[in-house]
Parts: sequence; C-alpha cells; structure tokens
Amino acid sequence: MNKILVCIKRVVDYNVRIRVKPDGSGVVTDGVKMSVNPFDEIAIEEALRIREAGNAQEVVVVSIGDSESQQQLRTGLAMGADRAILINTDSEVDPLAAARAFKALIDKESPDLVIMGKQAIDDDCNQTGQMLAALWDRPQATFASKLELSDGKARVTREVDAGLETIEVDLPAVVTTDLRLNEPRYVKLPDIMKAKKKPLETLQLAELVADATLQVNANNWAAPEARSKGVMVNSVDELISALRDKGLVA
Amino acid sequence: MTKVLIVAELDGHALNSSTRKCVACAAKLGADSIDVLVLSDNCADAAKAAAAIDGVSKVLTLEATHNSAPLAAVLAPQIAAAAEGYTHVFGPSTTFGKDVMPRVAALLGVGQVSDIMSVESARSFTRPVYAGNALLSVSVPEGKTIVATVRTASWKDAADGGNAPVEALQVNAPIPTHTRFVELAAAASERPDLQTAKKVISGGRGVGSAENFDIIYKLADKLGAGVGASRAAVDAGYVANDMQVGQTGKIIAPELYVAIGISGAIQHLTGIKDAGTIVAINKDPEAPIFEIADIGLVGDLFEIVPELEGKLG
Repeated sequence: MNKILVCIKRVVDYNVRIRVKPDGSGVVTDGVKMSVNPFDEIAIEEALRIREAGNAQEVVVVSIGDSESQQQLRTGLAMGADRAILINTDSEVDPLAAARAFKALIDKESPDLVIMGKQAIDDDCNQTGQMLAALWDRPQATFASKLELSDGKARVTREVDAGLETIEVDLPAVVTTDLRLNEPRYVKLPDIMKAKKKPLETLQLAELVADATLQVNANNWAAPEARSKGVMVNSVDELISALRDKGLVA
Repeated sequence: MTKVLIVAELDGHALNSSTRKCVACAAKLGADSIDVLVLSDNCADAAKAAAAIDGVSKVLTLEATHNSAPLAAVLAPQIAAAAEGYTHVFGPSTTFGKDVMPRVAALLGVGQVSDIMSVESARSFTRPVYAGNALLSVSVPEGKTIVATVRTASWKDAADGGNAPVEALQVNAPIPTHTRFVELAAAASERPDLQTAKKVISGGRGVGSAENFDIIYKLADKLGAGVGASRAAVDAGYVANDMQVGQTGKIIAPELYVAIGISGAIQHLTGIKDAGTIVAINKDPEAPIFEIADIGLVGDLFEIVPELEGKLG
C-alpha cells in the first residue's frame, strides 16, 4: 500500500496521579508531564512495522490540538514516521469533531489504512475510530491485537469480552489498537535530532471542519469517593474469620 | 417524551445480561417507553428473554443472515435507521457496545456519552474519566438524540416480570460487504463468567507463570468464583486476554474480589472499585493494592493461597 495515517493524541502521562481542581472545572494539567496516548504509540509502532516489512511507502502522523501537540508529533517522527500534520485549534475537540477533521484530512491524503488507539487515557471515550469509519463509510476493526495484510485486505484479530474475534476487512479501513498488538520501540537520541528535520505541516481545524460544536457538555469534575481504609490481618485463619464475619465464605 | 431504544447484546443466540443493565439505567430516566432491539440471524430466544424483563415496553427484531455475527459496520446502519423517533439509544459498555455504538452515533450525526455510571436527569449523566480517577458530569443539549453506553458495573440487572410484545421490524439500511466475520476463539471455561460472577479471584505478575495459576484456579473452584488477572499477568502470557480486569479490560463489581500477587496499578484498581469487599494478598507491604483493600494479608502467596484453599470448607 501507499500510505498509512496514524492519529495520535497528546494526553496526561499515564504515570501521573490525577488530581481534580478544587473548583471542579477540570483536572490539574499545569506542570504535568504530557505524552503520546499509549494506545496511539502502539498505532505508530504498528504502522512503522508495516512500512519496514515493505508493505507501505509512507507513514503520516496527525494530531489535533494546540501548538503543544507538536511535541507528540515530533515523538512520532522520532519513532520513524515520515511526516506529521498538526490540525491546529485552541478549543476543546470531542470525538465527533475529531472524526470529522480526520475525515476531511483523509479526503486530501487518501490513505490506505488509518490506525489509532482504541481510546485516549484522558477522556476514556473509545469513540473516534468508530466514528471516523462511519463518516468515511469504510470498515472498522477495533481493539486489534493482531493485524495481517494481503491483497487489499486486512485480517484483524480483536480482543473482545468473549475471547479473540477475527474479522476480515477490505482496505481502506480504520484499525484501533489494543494493548497487545505490539510493544512500541524506544526513541534514541539521534532519532530525536533527525526528527527535527522532518516535515511538520500545520492545518487549521476551522478550515477542515465547519461545525466543531461540542456534542456533550462537561458540567463538573469531581474526585471519586475513596474507599475507606481496610484492615490488615496476620494469618490465613484471621482472613477466613474476617470473610465469615462478612458472610462471604461458609 | 423520553423514548429509549436499547441495543441488545447477544452471546450466540442468548441475551447477554449487559442488556438488563441497560434497562436498569433507562428506567432511571423516567422513560415513557423502553424498547429493546435484537439483531441476529435467529432472534427468538433473545427476544423472548428481553420481553420478560420488567420495564421493557416492546421488543423489536431485525432477523437476517447478515446479522449472524455482531459486526459493527453491518449492524450500525440498521440500528441508526431503527433509532428514528427515539430520544435515547443505549448499548452496554462492553466490547460489543463500545464497537458499535459510536458508529451509530456518527451515522446519526451526534456525539456519544460513554460509560454512564449514574443518571442525573434525562439529559445529564455521570461518567468516569482518567481511568476512574475523576468523575465527570455531562449533559447533552436539547434536540439531539442521546447515544450512550452504559457502564455495566454501575448497574444491577433489571429483573424479570415483564411481558412485552415482540415485533419484527423492517428498516431500509445499506448492508456493507466490506467487513466479514472469520471466527471467534472463545476460551472454554466451566467457571462463572468474570463479568457476572459474585466472587472473583485474580492473579497478577506475582503468580509467576501459567502453571502457577493453578493455585488461583483451585481457590476459585473452591469458592465457586470466576478468575481474572492483571494486565501484567496477561501480557506475560500466564492467561488469556479475556481475563484482564482494569481500565482497558473488564470493569467488574463482584461481592468479593481477591487480588493475589497484584500490586495494584491505578489502571487495575479502576476495574474493581465497585467490588463489595476487596481482599489483597501480596508479599510487598507497600503495594498500592493495600490502600484500597478492605482486608489485606502480607505474605508469600504460594504458602497463603494453598492454605486458604485447604481451610475453606
């Protein structure tokens, strides 16, 4: 195939302990480490492996956000992507608007395959890939743990509640990645230097999407109720007795 | 008028209990009607089960050979067509619902509310974000169809007690052929299903190998429990992917959850926070799992678990 488009999102790093702002207007992001959404990193890795196996010519990474998202695009370039596109906006973007923006980009770029993470670990929505596939009127293979390509088709193994489901889709298609698709490579320092010279184009969201109104309004953020501190027991006998007291074992 | 359409999830031809959770959530809206849509190549059993759920007004069936497997690309256009006239379209927040519902939403030109934990009003809901480390209250503006998935661990099964009529539905929707089902490799298990089990025993990296998981299975069988695992145990190949509990695996709410050799990454904890009683067994007294466990026992799991199994009647 010719081209793979990989959609990535800048998110709070998965190791950061999330704190809700006291006024309930969001979570604290000032001075917090930001990273490529881990599932999207898996998506980049998969695209690179397909290209390295000689099955694709070009890997393009794209992100939607303010200029800070360039950092995550540079990470994608350092991993090995050929070029990057920032769809620039200072406003919040929801999954439907993101899908509309990616669809507009697809109309310009005509990729053979689009890969992205199954969900972003900030909003945990798990929607954008499916919405994009619907708007594009193309197949979707979500939660992929294995991807095999042959003559214009992809055979995808999906992690579903019942086990592993395999489907076959015609290309072009949208694939969303699950955890066990691959292990993303580490970026080496020379690659970071090289990535600085790779092309990074900026488009404006407003030029691609006429209506990016939020579909679902966020009203208030709250910290979850903490579970109360439990008790420590010192032996199996004490454990069994504690469970019996709660009526959980006979 | 609040009219809810629930997309039924099937296991083969049987109704998955996640559908009951959706009915429970819909009932909280104060809905005027709650209809259940069954798509299959053979709808009879699932439709009958759905019709018997208390609170269901009507069961609609779309029976066709192309609905034999739950392919989102095939089902979504039919669901979107069937959604005409409804104010809400709900599906479960299982891999089935997560796959198909956003596709339905996009076809309807609306957003989706993922993982409803609680209902504040017919158009406002609470949902978890950041792996459950924050709870977000959201609302959907008037005039838009509300497409949503229901976080199954937050809701009790709607009970039987209804006797709703079943109607075969006709819709005009394109049926794409670009997506084809090949196979489902389901891990055969005699044990209770992880998502509905009252008791769950889970093993983590500390269990050390696939062979060592035997002691987890033995304890589970003694208690009649389902078996789960942490991401680390699945990644290491000790057990199959469908046993993973956590942010990206299964979110469960058993009465008893026993975490064995699981350190307790936040991504795992988010999958069990609705459990009734959490028991942690770990050799590391500093493991984060002890911060949320109701009962903790520090020690060598290879001594504790067989002893526990032996002493339980």
